[in-house]
Amino acid sequence: MLRFLLGRLGLLIPTFIGVTFVAFTFIRLLPGDPAELLAGERGITPERKAEVMKQLGFDKPYWQQYLDYILGIFQGDLGTSFSSKKPVLDEFMTLFPATAELALCAIILAVCIGIPAGIFAAVKRGSIADQAIMGTALVGYSMPIFWWGLLLIIFFSGILQWTPVSGRISLLYFFPQVTGFMLIDSLLSGEKGAFLSAVRHLILPSIVLATIPLAVIARQTRSAMLEVLGEDYVRTARAKGLAPRSVIGLHALRNALIPVVTTIGLQVGVLLGGAILTETIFSWPGIGKWLFDSISRRDYFVVQGGLLLIAGIVMLVNLIVDVLYGLINPRIRHN
Amino acid sequence: MTNTSPAASADADKVQAASRSATLANLAEFWYYFSRNKGAVIGLIIFFALVAIAVLAPWISPHDPDMQYRDSFLVPPFWEEGGKSTFILGTDAVGRDILSRLMHGAAYSLSIGVIVVIISLSVGIVTGLIAGYAGGVVDTFIMRLMDIILAFPALLLALVLVAILGPGLTNAMIAIALVLQPHFVRLTRAAVLSERSRDYVVAARLAGAGHIRLMFKTILPNCVAPLIVQATLSFSNAILDAAALGFLGMGAQPPASEWGTMLAEAREFILSAWWVVTFPGLAILITVIAINLVGDGLRDALDPKLKRS
Amino acid sequence: MSLLEIRNLKVEFDTAKGPFRALDGVDYLVDAGEVLAIVGESGSGKSVAMLATMGLLPDTATITADKMDFEGLDLRSLSAKERRKVIGKDISMIFQEPIASLNPCFTIGFQLGETLKAHTDLKGKQVKDRVIELMTSVGIPDPGGRVNAFPHQMSGGQCQRVMIAMAIACAPKLLIADEPTTALDVTIQKQILDLLVKLQQDSGMGLIMITHDMGVVAETADRVIVQYKGRKMEEADVLSLFENPKNPYTKALLSALPENATGDRLPTVSDFAEAGGF
Repeated sequence: MLRFLLGRLGLLIPTFIGVTFVAFTFIRLLPGDPAELLAGERGITPERKAEVMKQLGFDKPYWQQYLDYILGIFQGDLGTSFSSKKPVLDEFMTLFPATAELALCAIILAVCIGIPAGIFAAVKRGSIADQAIMGTALVGYSMPIFWWGLLLIIFFSGILQWTPVSGRISLLYFFPQVTGFMLIDSLLSGEKGAFLSAVRHLILPSIVLATIPLAVIARQTRSAMLEVLGEDYVRTARAKGLAPRSVIGLHALRNALIPVVTTIGLQVGVLLGGAILTETIFSWPGIGKWLFDSISRRDYFVVQGGLLLIAGIVMLVNLIVDVLYGLINPRIRHN
Repeated sequence: MTNTSPAASADADKVQAASRSATLANLAEFWYYFSRNKGAVIGLIIFFALVAIAVLAPWISPHDPDMQYRDSFLVPPFWEEGGKSTFILGTDAVGRDILSRLMHGAAYSLSIGVIVVIISLSVGIVTGLIAGYAGGVVDTFIMRLMDIILAFPALLLALVLVAILGPGLTNAMIAIALVLQPHFVRLTRAAVLSERSRDYVVAARLAGAGHIRLMFKTILPNCVAPLIVQATLSFSNAILDAAALGFLGMGAQPPASEWGTMLAEAREFILSAWWVVTFPGLAILITVIAINLVGDGLRDALDPKLKRS
Repeated sequence: MSLLEIRNLKVEFDTAKGPFRALDGVDYLVDAGEVLAIVGESGSGKSVAMLATMGLLPDTATITADKMDFEGLDLRSLSAKERRKVIGKDISMIFQEPIASLNPCFTIGFQLGETLKAHTDLKGKQVKDRVIELMTSVGIPDPGGRVNAFPHQMSGGQCQRVMIAMAIACAPKLLIADEPTTALDVTIQKQILDLLVKLQQDSGMGLIMITHDMGVVAETADRVIVQYKGRKMEEADVLSLFENPKNPYTKALLSALPENATGDRLPTVSDFAEAGGF
């Protein structure tokens, strides 16, 4: 297990160095002039431009810029946003809880519905229920989520007027940010109706973001279950006279979950990519929207830092999933 | 070599004929399994219908997709109150016929899928073959590079790439092809690694087959099945990602009738004119479902492990 | 009264190419304390018959029989729940692939204890003690340590011993062994057979031994049923079968044994097929 973990870490470090290099290089390939952007004016004087470039460190040789940047990362310095003049890391930390809350709700939704649906479809293989579940999963899996979000807004916000169109909570409520998770903070604030308002803001974006992971998890669970149900040890469990609850819910599921855990881990990248679309549609103040806006504004250091942080999160989650995979798979744990 | 005996050449002919009939039998078997999957056949039919619409759009679409009818802004579909029978699915904010734009848009989506798959498949296969066949440092380097690409969420990476290359359909396709190709590299490499030590490859090598021949003619044909399945998956992903980029204003630029771009233009009317939002998205959804249905059918027909059950 | 009495058992499978009859009207009779061997090639329906008895066939199988009694209990009329009270307790079964037959995600001790918990009133410590007792009785060394082992940490022979321990956990009246030694090394095969025979003699349970190996038959069985393509070819006690086989297929099977080979080539059953006309 330790060797397995070290092996994974050994793969991760060169990849992360590569990621820093990619983020660094990409930003310097972006068209446009950072000095002009920062100065906020077109056609600045050459002296002023040289000054700005020096201030940004862009006058140094390429390798030295990279070195400074790596050193900065170790000190938690990811540069400063052109538009807000705040440190990139600070901005990220303020906005990240919003995305984390949304992504967590989405993944919980996807897992809590996807796994039971997949199990049910596998057990009732070929039935109408199976076909209905798999048909729905196919639609979910093929969904352009930005359009799906718009449709939900038309229906729930436009026609039924049940849910708000954008934001995290109604402007009526104002309370201090404690955890950054609106659901928890609204409860802590003790303000009447705040929690409900937060839930109503969260529900549509969560559904939209959960759609594709939900479908993928349901499909994967079904096929993993089907494969496992044909295994000899499932026959043994039935030959012992165990109840279906135990045969399916314990012997089969325990094995089927091993590949499903990997699938769930892979969905984190999908979620963060989907967050760009979801947050844009619902004006959700998270890192997805922040990054997209920054790309449009050519806010160099934000894009650079954001790419790095997001890739870091994806890699971290993948590492956690690898560890989890090892833990739930005795064949790896004991070798 | 020119002096082969008649007997030997007759043998060669026989081998060739046998191999041809075996290929035909394989195809027949493949079609048998594929056609048993009703969903896959439906998907294939929808797909062919979409191709026909895309090709014939200039002749069968009721209006010019870019023609702005000044007296018909935001006309609802014909069955709604205020609809006009000439605009079956209504018009958009500048009076263009939505149905005609959707029909012309089909060509965008399908060609995006085809081009992206061709680029990512060919680049991915060559890279994967080199990595798996060469091994060692080359392999490590290529695979770490793929890990780096995969560490970024695909859409985010595509967005940044498009920002670098400049918004537009061509650049969007290049960006999407780049983020999709690691999957092909990984698949090809894995297949090469598992095939490389098989007896038939060793036999071919002992018979004096060169590296290129070994890679492309001996090993590659035996890892085609997973690649085909991945290609259909990438086809639908490419369409979705291109539409997402178009929706974010980074893909095809207006007035192009690409479906995602149409949605971006329609966004401000979501609460006042549902049809401008609904139909382009529905077109994307139907197309992607059709391709995914075909993909599922291909997987079932090509995967011998599932075949038995 | 026989321990197990099955009359005119037929099993059909729905396949893509229409129904396939795997078993066509075979009778099985087993008395308490008797060892019955069912012999045949793969596809002869020998496993299918016993899986049908256990109720372990997939939904695509249609099972019909004129009679299917275990100790006078009509197995055909049992609900799934009632059947589960019999299966694993009074009738138990072990399989061909011991490693694959054990769940890779659970310890040996857990999987053994599960059977006990399902069919007995034993609790906590009692279960654990009984598990170790069972493991000792099937000859697993260091049972106290092995309790927490996972199947992949054990050899095939050890796993088959665990399967046997699991099968005898509730002192069954009938044990069905489906090719229990086929997947094992030759040296281990003999040990497992000896163990099965010993357990059978000690407990007086009925034992059905499904095999394709005439050597196994000679070593263990009292009575033999020879099956071919879903039909019974011959039924006889073991001595008369070996000394005086009546059915041409049985003769062919016996002639195909390596020790009966003449010349430089091993004969196969199909060499005799045309001459015998079965």
